[in-house]
Amino acid sequence: MSILIIGAGPAGTRAAEVLVSAGLRPIVIDEAPENGGRIYQRQPAGFRRDPRTLYGFEAAKARAIHDVFDQLRPSIDFRPRTLAWNLRQGVIDTICDGKASAVPFAQTILCTGAMDRAVPLPGWTLPGVFTLGGSQIALKAQGCAIGAKVAFLGTGPLLYLVAYQYARAGAQVTAVLDTTPFAVKAAQAFGLMRGGATFAKGLYYIAWLRARGIRIAEGVTPLAIEGSDRVELVSWRDARGTNHEAAVDAVAIGFGLKPEAQLADLAGVPFDFDPVQHNWVPRKDPSGRTSVGGVFLAGDGGGIRGADLAEAAGARAAWAVLAARGLAADARAVARLDATLAAGASFRAALERAFPFPAKLAADMADETILCRCEVITAGELRAAANEALATLSPSEVNRAKALTRVGMGRCQGRVCGAAAAEVLAAALSCPAEQVGRLRGQPPVKPIPILPAEAA
Amino acid sequence: MSATSTDVLIVGGGGAGCSTALHLAKRGARCILLERGQIGGQASGVNYGGVRQQGRHPAELPLARRARDIWAKLPKLIGTDCEFEVTGHLKLARNQAEEADLIAYLDVAKANGLPLIMIGGNVIHQQYPWLGPDVVAGSFAPDDGAANPRLLSPALARAARDAGADIRQFTPVSHLAHDGTQFVVTSGEHEFRARYLVNTAGYWGGAVARAFGEQVPVSPLSPNMLVTEPLPYFIAPNLGVVGGDVYLRQIRRGNVIFGGGRGQSDPDVPSSRPSPEASAAVMAKALQLVPQLAGAQVIRSWTGIDGEMPDQIPVIGLSRTTPDLFHAFGFSGHGFQLGPAVGAIMSELVLDRHTDVPLEPFRIDRFAADQSFNQQGQRHDASHHA
Ligand SMILES: Cc1cc2nc3c(=O)[nH]c(=O)nc-3n(C[C@H](O)[C@H](O)[C@H](O)COP(=O)(O)OP(=O)(O)OC[C@H]3O[C@@H](n4cnc5c(N)ncnc54)[C@H](O)[C@@H]3O)c2cc1C
Ligand SMILES: Cc1cc2nc3c(=O)[nH]c(=O)nc-3n(C[C@H](O)[C@H](O)[C@H](O)COP(=O)(O)OP(=O)(O)OC[C@H]3O[C@@H](n4cnc5c(N)ncnc54)[C@H](O)[C@@H]3O)c2cc1C
Repeated sequence: MSILIIGAGPAGTRAAEVLVSAGLRPIVIDEAPENGGRIYQRQPAGFRRDPRTLYGFEAAKARAIHDVFDQLRPSIDFRPRTLAWNLRQGVIDTICDGKASAVPFAQTILCTGAMDRAVPLPGWTLPGVFTLGGSQIALKAQGCAIGAKVAFLGTGPLLYLVAYQYARAGAQVTAVLDTTPFAVKAAQAFGLMRGGATFAKGLYYIAWLRARGIRIAEGVTPLAIEGSDRVELVSWRDARGTNHEAAVDAVAIGFGLKPEAQLADLAGVPFDFDPVQHNWVPRKDPSGRTSVGGVFLAGDGGGIRGADLAEAAGARAAWAVLAARGLAADARAVARLDATLAAGASFRAALERAFPFPAKLAADMADETILCRCEVITAGELRAAANEALATLSPSEVNRAKALTRVGMGRCQGRVCGAAAAEVLAAALSCPAEQVGRLRGQPPVKPIPILPAEAA
Repeated sequence: MSATSTDVLIVGGGGAGCSTALHLAKRGARCILLERGQIGGQASGVNYGGVRQQGRHPAELPLARRARDIWAKLPKLIGTDCEFEVTGHLKLARNQAEEADLIAYLDVAKANGLPLIMIGGNVIHQQYPWLGPDVVAGSFAPDDGAANPRLLSPALARAARDAGADIRQFTPVSHLAHDGTQFVVTSGEHEFRARYLVNTAGYWGGAVARAFGEQVPVSPLSPNMLVTEPLPYFIAPNLGVVGGDVYLRQIRRGNVIFGGGRGQSDPDVPSSRPSPEASAAVMAKALQLVPQLAGAQVIRSWTGIDGEMPDQIPVIGLSRTTPDLFHAFGFSGHGFQLGPAVGAIMSELVLDRHTDVPLEPFRIDRFAADQSFNQQGQRHDASHHA
């Protein structure tokens, strides 16, 4: 029976490599047109930019991942452009170019990566506002910028990286607006130091931006994005309480990453609340094994740990799969991976603490702010429903709030607004965010088209 | 163990239970509703939202007629219309045999005062140019429509509470008994006592009945549902077909909600999940009715758990083993429309010992009395959920 790897990023690639070395032929599925995943996303056919331009410091790693994958191709069953839209007992349902299949598996390694998180603010639905990741993909995959004068707003290490990549590519970076105060980051300096090269790179990006005279503000409170029919202005309050604004034609917003864990959810893997990042994270053991037989997790989809650890986790989970199939493991390789993963964990924890999720910013969102952009529901409407629940049929949680207000009921199924909605609801109910729970997942994990019978 | 006494205990907070609480409280009866999870958390909150009389088993029509009257008065009764819209229900035939079925039902409708208009093959394609070529005829019920299922039970419960009912969520009933004088119902460390007990526990109503020695052949029913992203609004009526293997409606925001076939469920958890095979099959059937839905994006699929009786009609009425016990469960995939009337009837049974709606066909002991009953049911409603 097959082994199914979902996701051909760093985690999926290294998982496939270990399985192939053990003489197995895994099926590797990715909805993207090519392998590489997010950080090492391959450019479309016809684009010929050199890796250095595309991946910066990561060029060597990107090339290594691509090379490994290219060598694996004859030994794996690679299915690009294929969305895994459902997971049930021993079967993953996929769709590729309008053709649906049910793919049985004995084991699956879910290497589905992460997506970036937004905190809604006034004007965030204006044309010209992108997520941080989206703005990076525009640059990486399409070679274009989201605007000529761009502000980067949010928090997390990616904020500085993408600003740096934009500036290097020739875009005017008007401002980098970080909601995390400097002191919060400084408090983690010791832990961050363990990150070695990764930490050094982060510092380098910031120094590089400062040296170019690019405005960096920390501890800001975003106020609004304004414009008549597209972005013209971004405004914020600085740490001392003074308001500022800047003329821009695009804004990239990103508040850290969240695991793309819908397939794990459908599998029935239990989730835990991460109190620093306010993410719901699927539970797994250090090898990537979950409590659901045959289901393994690796990479950012099993908890955000970054690309390097995604590679290690992918390989480690593959060894766990081999063990589950009763095959012998290379004990030394496994020990090495375990050591890498353990060592990386403490740096990662410091990094998470250095850029915590700005829960209060989300909770304090103005009533008029559109919280759920698919269904056009404001924060005020959600608060009103919460008050109603308190007055009558308390307690409440996010699924009930969704049923009553439609928050999270649209095309994205709460993938974009879910985290912020939980904060708004929890604040309105005066309870911790953890207590309002998370939105129940249902297939499809992303939209699928209605198809005639022949295609199915 | 602490204890609370009241006049009427209601087990189950779906549409049936919440409307029972409302009607009892409005008449001044003291009652407590015990719901294991959240109000409307099971079938009543996740269904297709069809408010349909057309196609119902003749035995159900008097009840459905009464429900329809209450649907029209919801704003006055509970302060919201629950997005009930009288869109009409258009039931389609895809071949001659199905068309004959529609024609046969015209008499049933007439006998029960249900307005129904037969539309022939030519006219139907003029009136609804987006219908696929396989549609040969239809019958249109102008009084039928659809509503938002997520709103009904909470709104009923809220109004019930305002009228004096005691609504308890997260209160699973684990033990039920009659001690000779009154009912004693246990939830966790708490005991509830009352002279009357109303069983509106949906699929789980079978277990409640069993606690009083009444065996009922109720099984879990999980209609498979899907919804698309919003599309330009063009499908006004709620659509069904003879045989019920697909049903489809578009809400004003543009989303198309459709269903057909069955998902899976485990009522012991309880949990349920849609079936990809059923989803694929119903997509094809939806396209047969409305070809221009091809390529529309489905954003979610789901199902739920209702109680299904072998003859596709519910159990409603007095217990045959235990005085002062009343049942209303097993709505077999079409009890959303009935909910508002079920409570009115249950309140009459409890307080007046009588209701004008004929309940004989819904007797709980009908299966014990006549094993051949299963075969008696006609084709109207078999597998017709929604
Ligand atoms: C938008 C974005 C930009 C980022 N930019 C950087 C950066 O510049 N630098 C950095 O260090 N880190 C970055 N990160 C984090 C980095 O991507 C991850 O740490 C790293 O890629 C994790 O590797 P992975 O293998 O776990 O997942 P990924 O590399 O994300 O790979 C996951 C793959 O799974 C596929 N997939 C997911 N779900 C399905 C499904 N249901 N069906 C089929 N295929 C599926 C995706 O198409 C993707 O190719 C970014 C993350 C995001 C979301
Ligand atoms: C997917 C789907 C689509 C449907 N579509 C339609 C439609 O379009 N039109 C239509 O008319 N009907 C439709 N139906 C049927 C309709 O939803 C049901 O018939 C109706 O909601 C049943 O209401 P109820 O109150 O009997 O049951 P429920 O809503 O299931 O309520 C019973 C309640 O009892 C509670 N309970 C059970 N055991 C206990 C216990 N021991 N202690 C405490 N509480 C308990 C449960 O938690 C539950 O909330 C559909 C059903 C489903 C599942």
